[in-house]
Amino acid sequence: MSDNLLSLKHVSKEYSGNKVLKDINIELKKGEIHALIGENGAGKSTLMNILFGMPVIHTTGGFEGVVEIEGHEANIRSPHDAMDYGIGMVHQEFMLIPGFTITENIKLNREITKPNLVSPVFGKRLETLNVKQMNEDTRKALDTLDMNIDEFLPVAGLPVGHMQFIEIAREIDKTGIKILVFDEPTAVLAESEAKNLLNAIRKLSRKGIGIIFISHRLDEIIDVADTVTVLRDGEHVVTKNVKDTNKYEIAQLMVGRKINIERVDGSNKNIVDETILNIEDLVVEMPGERVKGIDLSVKKGEIVGIGGLAGQGKLGLANGIMGIFPAKGKVEFESKKLTLNDPKAAIKSGLAFVSEDRKGIGLLLEESIESNIAFSAMQINNDFTNNFAGMRLKDSAKIRSHAVKMIKDLDIRCTSPMQIVGSLSGGNQQKVCVARALTLNPTLLLVSEPTRGIDIGAKKLVLDLLKQLNSEGMTIVMTSSELAELRSICDRIVIICEGKVEGVLPPDAPDAEFGLMMSGSKHTEGSEV
Amino acid sequence: MVGIEEKGIKYKDIVKKIGFPTIFIGGFWILILIAGGFLGISIATLISDTIKRAGMNGILVLAMVPSIQSGTGPNFALPVGIECGLFALVCAIEFGFTGWAWLFASIAFAIPLAVIVGYFYGKLLNAVKGSEMTIATYTGFSVVAFMCLPWLMIPFKNKNMGWFIGKGLRETIQLDAIKGAQKLNDFLRFSLFGENGFITFGGEKGIIIPTGMLLMFFLCCVIVWLYFRSKSGIAISAGGINPMFAKSSGIDIDKCRIKANILSTIMGAIGIIVYSQGYGYAQLYTAPLNMAFPAVAAILIGGATASRAKVSHVIIGVIIYQGLFTSALPVANILFEGTDLSETLRMIIQNGIILYALTQVKGGDK
Repeated sequence: MSDNLLSLKHVSKEYSGNKVLKDINIELKKGEIHALIGENGAGKSTLMNILFGMPVIHTTGGFEGVVEIEGHEANIRSPHDAMDYGIGMVHQEFMLIPGFTITENIKLNREITKPNLVSPVFGKRLETLNVKQMNEDTRKALDTLDMNIDEFLPVAGLPVGHMQFIEIAREIDKTGIKILVFDEPTAVLAESEAKNLLNAIRKLSRKGIGIIFISHRLDEIIDVADTVTVLRDGEHVVTKNVKDTNKYEIAQLMVGRKINIERVDGSNKNIVDETILNIEDLVVEMPGERVKGIDLSVKKGEIVGIGGLAGQGKLGLANGIMGIFPAKGKVEFESKKLTLNDPKAAIKSGLAFVSEDRKGIGLLLEESIESNIAFSAMQINNDFTNNFAGMRLKDSAKIRSHAVKMIKDLDIRCTSPMQIVGSLSGGNQQKVCVARALTLNPTLLLVSEPTRGIDIGAKKLVLDLLKQLNSEGMTIVMTSSELAELRSICDRIVIICEGKVEGVLPPDAPDAEFGLMMSGSKHTEGSEV
Repeated sequence: MVGIEEKGIKYKDIVKKIGFPTIFIGGFWILILIAGGFLGISIATLISDTIKRAGMNGILVLAMVPSIQSGTGPNFALPVGIECGLFALVCAIEFGFTGWAWLFASIAFAIPLAVIVGYFYGKLLNAVKGSEMTIATYTGFSVVAFMCLPWLMIPFKNKNMGWFIGKGLRETIQLDAIKGAQKLNDFLRFSLFGENGFITFGGEKGIIIPTGMLLMFFLCCVIVWLYFRSKSGIAISAGGINPMFAKSSGIDIDKCRIKANILSTIMGAIGIIVYSQGYGYAQLYTAPLNMAFPAVAAILIGGATASRAKVSHVIIGVIIYQGLFTSALPVANILFEGTDLSETLRMIIQNGIILYALTQVKGGDK
């Protein structure tokens, strides 16, 4: 028997035939800080869901492999079980009730009570709160974290950094906490707050609590962790002692070489030295994908890739330009100033957008292929309409013939143009989105996550389509979380980190360069951006 | 075995296509008709009444289509449109119009008034996104309460509408007096299986078809149907199903919602004029209070959801709802003969159908 606090042995998980975790082995010792790193979709969240017995795991057929806690096999069927086993989680988003005091938040549903007159009759739920005891416990937890704020203050109005600490205090106040998971805890914190947090984590580990630290900030990992495990595409790449590695190596391992979509360098490239889109200091208020001042210029005829980790703002860029989320800044398109926050103006000026949220924004799922394809062009350019008694009616025949042409051109697999879009496969839905954008005859196409949620074969078709459109003269700005696909078709790749342009790389730059830039470690080195 | 399975699937498909509430209420109506036949009630009368009431209520139900399509849900504030219609109708009487002229003048006055009122109502709905249905219901109630004041205080002079003593308008205005009653109903009216065999023009027996009123209803249906095939109508529908999609295509959703509610208010206004002439009376004061619920119930029974409605739902719904309502009452009266329950039963049946229809509301996924 080992002295392992937690061991995951040969853990695999698949969602409806799609393997998202393959044979993961992780061991966590007492007092160890174990960092977990990987790109989006590498399997970090799935792994944590397994550890916490989240319903999503068990409703989709459970998982393979064994979870052992202190050498004994643990059967974690629900988050409540996980709590009983002494596993706690500090969430990325704060799960606190603003109007309650710190004590009330920390002790919520675990209140210490004492009997009163009615409780013998009506049961434990009606016992009086032992506020003094609760405050004392809270004090103790806060002291552990070197927090000198009063436990009776309401949570509302506290600085973000404090809220994070209250979350942690709640976890360590639970008796018998053995394992604590931190999910990107520093993502929302300022630098000094993050530093405090890392100190607190170290302190907790010295008390013998095993810590799993999920982060994409390589510097923090090097700084605080003892061991690091790299996941990539659901595979366990490596577990290393932090002392034996450095951030370049971790970055390289994280990005790695994936299924290579062969890059064929088109000789028929016709990039003109003429700026078609110029963005200055663009700020976009897109929830979860804030853009905090991007400068970028795109040349006519090129494919520009926008990469970066989730939540860093790469998706906000296109949404901001198209006016879907509130934006401010200066955007010039074809040397004319573009009106922001006005989708109609953006489309009219010759931009078209294929949204990353295919089912939410991209399509009318319950409508036919042909109405989806024709919709925007009809609304913006009055295409496919004729006048009848003062009303602009849709011209079904024109729509049909255009849809048939698009279906043929883009090879959309369907039974007829009248088929409901929701019943198509992901790849074909994506092609309908592209068809709708192309119907607007754009000069510049913004494509976000074009291959999200579609299978590999369809991915290649969509990418080939983009390449073909580009060779016919269309300028393309493609945003994607999948570096490999950006590298396969883009002429240059802009990496967005924390809402700003971190750097621009050629597609054939080494993996480590990409990895470092995506985790924002580049500028701390003082190197050229 | 295979055959049965196939049948099972087919049966399910049919239920899904037509919608369970439609089949349930429709089936119930047929049962009542059969029961009525056994009890000796004239089926022809029941069907005549059904057609008449369906024609009277049709446009009011049609008013639900634009508001549902635009994403603001069923127009519970139908009384807003109704009050516009009533006001126009009363004005037309005041200006001395009678007969056909009165009918057309009423509609002509009603439309601009409904456009203005509908615009502000649409603005109100845009300010309360997310709780449209509740706000709409109370807007309807408030408008009815408010309009009780003008009915009393505006110094109308026409003696066909005033109280015999005192000031203000009567609660119920007889349209006979201005030759307005059944104007549309009697236009090209004929009866089936009446006096002279299959068709008798102007007949009083058999199944009476109020041609003019039905034509008016179908005309409105065609207008709404065409509108939702136009650029503007398609924009409204898209905004209703998926606001983000519409926005990303450059559509001003708020404007669409206002347009839709203007259209709905106009339909409410025209609807009450057609209803009043068919009924023979214009009812003021608190009468419009509960007119929204039957209209909402009818379209829901016709197969609409809180977020999707078609003209076909209106036609099917209004026939089944009014059919059940008009047939159930005489049958119940015979079954409970001797008791004084008819008014109570009317309430129970009407509200029962409404309650059932409202529990079937689907969608509204915001």
